[in-house]
Amino acid sequence: MLEITPAHYTILSAALFSIGVIGVLVRRNIIIVFMAIELMLNAVNINLVAYAQQLQNLIGQVFVVFVIAVAAAEAAVGLGILLAFYRNKETVNIDEMNVMRW
Amino acid sequence: MAEAIAFYTLSILILGLGVAVITTPRTVHSVVFLVLNFLCVAVLYVVLRAEFLAVIQILVYAGGIVVLYLFVVMLVNLKRQPEEHQDPRRLAKIGLGLSGAMLVELAAIVVYSYSREPSSVTAPSPAFPVQGNVEQLGWLLYTDYLIPFEVASVLLLVAMVGAIILARREL
Repeated sequence: MLEITPAHYTILSAALFSIGVIGVLVRRNIIIVFMAIELMLNAVNINLVAYAQQLQNLIGQVFVVFVIAVAAAEAAVGLGILLAFYRNKETVNIDEMNVMRW
Repeated sequence: MAEAIAFYTLSILILGLGVAVITTPRTVHSVVFLVLNFLCVAVLYVVLRAEFLAVIQILVYAGGIVVLYLFVVMLVNLKRQPEEHQDPRRLAKIGLGLSGAMLVELAAIVVYSYSREPSSVTAPSPAFPVQGNVEQLGWLLYTDYLIPFEVASVLLLVAMVGAIILARREL
């Protein structure tokens, strides 16, 4: 219990990832859905850093740098799309984003 | 002992703030909880001896991405709450149940794989000519991972141009 193993970090990361999945599946405000996606990316990063520490290998931390870069690109493009959509439809509700639905 | 105290405190903070992010009705409060969550994750990186990533986490996430979210929340001036309109085809309860089932599955996998035998596998990095976390990470990024590093920079450039074009007035 007092010995912190990578299993502890993995379970923390799984719990944070599940919180993100709940946010994506349940909320309707698309800004909060984006934030839930950021939470999921953070959960993955915690896992990578924990195993980099366990295996004494820095490659996990290198991958975290790339994940952060992709997360920044995703946030910029996603929020740009969100702004363009809001200018057209005056809403951020994902249930009303059905223009391209089959 | 100190690591255990730090880990449990930070875990409670991270999970509690994560729940707060997705349950708060006001979007601005949600962004503030997200900043606090990122700061707690940065402290967890310090506990895991990844000091460079802790600084990057604070600079990029808490400093850059969250400010972007705050600007969007300010620009998107909502006249009615997005939660009012309901799609009858939306099955939120099933989504909640599915994500709970996913958490149980992940926890079961972790508990099972660690209960069999304590894994003592280590795959240490090759010897570095430099000392310290930041120096070694920079060494890896500019030798073995140079091409992914440059591709990431091109990706960021493309994302920047795309975001500017998408957010222009006349689209």
